[in-house]
Amino acid sequence: MDLKLDHHSNDGIEVVDVEGEIDVYTAPRLRELLIELVNLGHYQLVVNMEKVEFLDSTGLGVLVGGLKRVRAHDGSLDLVCTQERILKIFRITGLTKVFGIHDSVDEAIAARKSEK
Amino acid sequence: MATVEMSFTPLPAHVRTARLVATAVARRSGVDEALLDEVRLAVGEACSRAVEAHQEHCPGEPVRVALTGAGGRFEVVVTDHVAANNGTGTAQPGGTAGQQGPPATAGPTGPLPVVPSELGLAVIEGLADDVEIARTKAGVIIRMSWPSAGPDLASRGERA
Repeated sequence: MDLKLDHHSNDGIEVVDVEGEIDVYTAPRLRELLIELVNLGHYQLVVNMEKVEFLDSTGLGVLVGGLKRVRAHDGSLDLVCTQERILKIFRITGLTKVFGIHDSVDEAIAARKSEK
Repeated sequence: MATVEMSFTPLPAHVRTARLVATAVARRSGVDEALLDEVRLAVGEACSRAVEAHQEHCPGEPVRVALTGAGGRFEVVVTDHVAANNGTGTAQPGGTAGQQGPPATAGPTGPLPVVPSELGLAVIEGLADDVEIARTKAGVIIRMSWPSAGPDLASRGERA
C-alpha cells in the first residue's frame, strides 16, 4: 500500500495522520510534509501512526529529523502507535526513549498540554 | 543454487518489490508466520542500504538478492557492488554496527540521537535470527537467515 498523508489542527496541535508504508520510497513525502508544517509555524506536532503498515529506518530518520526541526523552535513531536510490529522497531533502535509514544491522539494532546 | 534470485535497478521503488518477493518465498519455505514481518523488514533494510550505496557510487549496477529455503533455514543474501571504505572485514551481531539504541543519552525532552546511516544494519541485526555482514573489495554482502520448516512441510500446511 502506498503512503497517505493528511493533517488537521486539534486543540492548537497539528495532527499528522499517516496511512500505509513508510519506506525508502515514500519517506521523502513525509519529510516534505513535516518541513512544510514547521515552515508554516506548526511546532507542536503529533504523528498518528495507527494506520502505518510498515516502517523502516528511513522512516525513523524522517521522524527524528522532524523532531530536530520542531525542537529548534522549542516545539515537540509526539507519536501515536499501539501496533507491536511498529513499536518493535522503535525499541530495537532505542528511539522509545526519544519520542513520546502514546496510545491515542487524545492522550498525546493531553500529555503535551499537561507539560505546558 | 538459490531458490529465487533477483537483481534490480537501484531505485527505491524496487525495494518494495524485493520485500514482497522475499516474504512470499519465506512463507513458501516454511518460515513461521510470526517471523514474516521480521523477514520483510530486514530484507527491506538491506535492499534500501544497497540502493542508497549504488545510487551514490554505481547507479548503473543492479542490486542482487538471493533467497534460499533449504536445510531448515531460509537464507537471504543481499549483495551490493560498492567497496567498503574500511577495507575488508566481517561484522558480527554485537559489533559496532550492531550497537542497539541511539548513541546519545536521550529522552522525550533530552538530547537527540544521531541517526547513523548504518541504522539499517542495526535494525537488521536486531531482527534477523542470524546475520553476517561481509565488507569485501567487491562490495558488501549481507547474509541473514531464519529457521524454516522446509518447503515440503510448508506445502502440507497450505493444503491443510
